[in-house]
Amino acid sequence: MDALIPPLLNGSAQGALLLLAALGLSLTFGQMGVINMAHGEFLMIGAFTAYLVQQVIDSSDLSIPVALPVAFVVAGLFGLLLEVSIIQWMYRRPLDTLLVTVGVSLILQQAALQIFPSQGVPVEKPGWLDGQLTVLGYDWPLRQVFTILLATVCVAALAAWLKYTSFGRRIRATVHNRDLAETAGISTRTVDRLTFFVGSGLAGVAGVAASLIGGTNSTMGAQYIIPAFLVVAAGGIGQLKGTIIAALGVGVGLSCFAYWTTGSLAQVLAFILVIVFLQVRPQGLFTVRTRSLV
Amino acid sequence: MSTTSKRLRTLVAAGAIGTTVALVLAGCGAKAGDETPGGSAAASSCVDTSGDTIKLGFLNSLTGGMAISEKTVSNVLHMAADEINASGGILKKKIKYVQEDGATDWPTFAEKTEKLLTQDCVGAIFGGWTSSSRKAVKPVVEKNNGLFFYPVQYEGLEASPNIYYTGATTNQQIIPAMDFLASKGVKNLFLAGSDYVFPRTANAIIKLYAAKLGIKIVGEEYVPLDKDDWTTQVAKIKAAKPDFIFNTINGSSNVGFIKAYYDAGLTAATTPIISVSIAEEEAPAMGHEVTGHYASWNYFQSLKTDTNQKFIDSWKAYPNSSGVTSDPMEAAYISLYLYKALVEAAGSFDVTAVNAAAKKNAITFAAPEGTVTLDGENHHISKPGHIGQINASKQFDIVWSSDAFIKPDPFLKGYDWFPANVRDQLVKAAG
Amino acid sequence: MTKLKPHLSLGGIGVFAVLLLAVAPSVLTDHWLSNLGKYCCWAIAAVGIGLAWGRGGMLVMGQGVFFALGAYSMAMHLTLETAGDGVPGFMVLYDPLAPLPAFWEPFRSTAFTLLAIVVLPVVAAGILGYALFKRRVKGAYFAILTQALAVALATLVSSTIRETGGDTGLSDFKYFFGYVLNDPANRTMVYLITAGLLVACLLVVWQLYRSRFGELLVATRDAEERVRFLGYDPANVKLVAFVGAALMASIGGAMFVPIVGIITPAEIGAAASILMIAGVAFGGRASLFGPALGAIAVGWGQSSLGSTWPEGWTYIIGLLFIVVILFLPKGLSSLPARFRAARRGPGEPLAAPAATRQLEGVTS
Repeated sequence: MDALIPPLLNGSAQGALLLLAALGLSLTFGQMGVINMAHGEFLMIGAFTAYLVQQVIDSSDLSIPVALPVAFVVAGLFGLLLEVSIIQWMYRRPLDTLLVTVGVSLILQQAALQIFPSQGVPVEKPGWLDGQLTVLGYDWPLRQVFTILLATVCVAALAAWLKYTSFGRRIRATVHNRDLAETAGISTRTVDRLTFFVGSGLAGVAGVAASLIGGTNSTMGAQYIIPAFLVVAAGGIGQLKGTIIAALGVGVGLSCFAYWTTGSLAQVLAFILVIVFLQVRPQGLFTVRTRSLV
Repeated sequence: MSTTSKRLRTLVAAGAIGTTVALVLAGCGAKAGDETPGGSAAASSCVDTSGDTIKLGFLNSLTGGMAISEKTVSNVLHMAADEINASGGILKKKIKYVQEDGATDWPTFAEKTEKLLTQDCVGAIFGGWTSSSRKAVKPVVEKNNGLFFYPVQYEGLEASPNIYYTGATTNQQIIPAMDFLASKGVKNLFLAGSDYVFPRTANAIIKLYAAKLGIKIVGEEYVPLDKDDWTTQVAKIKAAKPDFIFNTINGSSNVGFIKAYYDAGLTAATTPIISVSIAEEEAPAMGHEVTGHYASWNYFQSLKTDTNQKFIDSWKAYPNSSGVTSDPMEAAYISLYLYKALVEAAGSFDVTAVNAAAKKNAITFAAPEGTVTLDGENHHISKPGHIGQINASKQFDIVWSSDAFIKPDPFLKGYDWFPANVRDQLVKAAG
Repeated sequence: MTKLKPHLSLGGIGVFAVLLLAVAPSVLTDHWLSNLGKYCCWAIAAVGIGLAWGRGGMLVMGQGVFFALGAYSMAMHLTLETAGDGVPGFMVLYDPLAPLPAFWEPFRSTAFTLLAIVVLPVVAAGILGYALFKRRVKGAYFAILTQALAVALATLVSSTIRETGGDTGLSDFKYFFGYVLNDPANRTMVYLITAGLLVACLLVVWQLYRSRFGELLVATRDAEERVRFLGYDPANVKLVAFVGAALMASIGGAMFVPIVGIITPAEIGAAASILMIAGVAFGGRASLFGPALGAIAVGWGQSSLGSTWPEGWTYIIGLLFIVVILFLPKGLSSLPARFRAARRGPGEPLAAPAATRQLEGVTS
């Protein structure tokens, strides 16, 4: 049990963070086909927002709960700006969005390096996250439990929003058939913008969670972007449940490998496994049935 | 396809291949075994010392991941250059520096070194941070017979005639840290590091010395340099129940380590950490979790000396200053003054003359950490060993110091626990 | 677009060859010549990316993997040549008595090394490409998968310090197949070999583009299903282009080592792979010269602007991605055609439908 329970507990928290990072991508990439390589930098913006909120609200007990919605809005606005200024001209060539957003990500990283202290900034953990739960005789840090709860709330909210609100219905309609949706009187432009806002906002929320785990600095987003894309791809395009399972799978896998082998080898093994999985099942875990040929 | 285009194609192809082969053959130079002993043909220096200025090269990563750490080193070098210029320059020549960006890319370090030496014709190069950047620079300065001043503590086992090392070698940082742990009665030690050459080498040495001291190594973990998530490794540390952690993690990954550590309920009171890469610059980015842990350095901002106070004051007044001083910054500051002392002892900017002067005289400099003496043979400097404990304002309270300045011993010749056969092989491999 | 004027292009290659092989060595200093050699290595890889991405529609984001195969094969050989009979110095510390890792041993042989530089990428890309294309993995999936591979390989190399030198990489090579690398004459020779290889790659690609295969490749990019309905297997067509690109990346990597004198995981990881793409996008992904010239331009920008204004260079390369992809998806090499079109007036757009269709077809 010593070799199994700790990595399972740590891994599920790692998976939850990965899920938070991938959730926004599953919207922008999964639903809209935009490959936003600057998603990691939106995460970074969320983390820096948490720091700035902490400068205003001194108590970290309070500042983190406040930072979550603020980071959502700030990162969302950055996303909206990106959509309006660049992405909207590129819906007809999604593969090129990948390269354009690589450029955006380089610029945002360098800007962060020059605006904030180069060593990064501290984000203090709220006092109510000190301590551990005891699960089956093993300590489970409360901070990890918090990440899992936060991911659960975000997933539930997103699922409910997509399913029960009129905006959610419009998004789903647009994804299924853009032309038909437009014919039915849905403003696909508004839908696109809103989707991008929410997707980028979720990266901001992930950034707040990430700021409690690692450093808040200019390069922090880069370490999440490729794993997050792999998770979305492995989960299957446009599939929330696929993304959830894939994120948890990768998180637990990473943690188990790290526990049994070494930290570096774990990264390599996790990547190779996902790549092999995608070769066997390129459509991901779950697929949307469509009538299109490709 | 028309016949003309076919013929043209063949002609161009044949022409290109023919020209290349001819040029390549004509261009052949020396083969293995032909080389003249004692260096290469390209070593003639182009440094211009006729005017009233001397060009120096500053080389640090101003972009990319390592810019996080290296920017301050670069800034403090500018400050030292301004100070030296204000007080008359080197051999009455004002320093004119050429700043280059290593861009956190080791081949770029090599390229820029060559540019500084052969295009800009600088007298010496200052900078670098990671061991990898130094190892990229080393063959280039050796080939061109240039000078490189390296300001960061490192894993030792190197002594290039073309490099001066103003940071600590292992016997000035790692070994004092181990002595401190032994004095604390530590029995079980865990090693946590980033996955690259410095932590791997440092830990290899720590394991050898720990065996001699009777300290048991209860585990060893590495995480890639660019990864912040230490949660799983910390779970392993917790399970191993060590008395102390020896931390050779570098950069932002440290923040993730300290946070995961604290999350798991490990604290400075129960299981303290001793670090060799967390200084005054890094500590503020780590939050309150880092308070109470230890670091081993040769310089702390909290050192009470007049030269240190002067150094801190001028740094605080300097534009773009971060307000705090740290060991690598101080070592960078030393490096420029050391070069000045060397050149003035030699009476010349010539590399061979400078190296000869280093061997002949005991060059000293009244540094913020105390008066350091250069070892002319191995190009390292003597340093005091200090252990500091991080306080709430992210400064270090000095809790332990070595009895005297520690003489540099990069190949650990004075330590009988270091296997002689390894040393011989390393010295041989280092050339 | 696909109807190249063969004489003109061939003449272009000739001029390019003269510039690289005759003019550059006589006017550039040793330092800039070896820099140009470095750009040529990237340009060789870029020509391959042009083939796979520009013509084949496969956005290969992980060319670092194949660059690494060539580079590390060469670097292992040169390291062993420098070390002589012994074990390379960096390996001693971690285990002074252990022998050379088994996979290093064959790289003592010159013939094996040269063979490995060619065969390894072909086999690796062949297996990978076969698995991916037969399963019809394409578009963003393909791009992200290849990039993940580059990240995985770079991490693996970084963590195997004793076997590969880790993050520090392999450096300090003294000899190049028996020639002393410090000798300026030999460095010029290494440069000329590299430049010659670049010209050779251009010739190969020029020939490919005007062959039936070239037509089929573009057809596969623009309308894969139609190609399938016509009785061809698009997977095979793509496979050939992908393997060709991998081979060129490997050759570029192999020459990078003696020219630059060091190879590290950073040169093969995600960022390096993306920078290779930058040059191709900048120059013009589907054109003959675009990728090579773009790669040389980006390399030069990095060396010169990166010197005078390092922070600015990062912004510039970022903006380059945005502006070029947004406004000039076919790169700078499409500018002359655009000007001509503009002069012809708005009434006669130049084969515009085909031009835009190509890029749309890239997507899945």
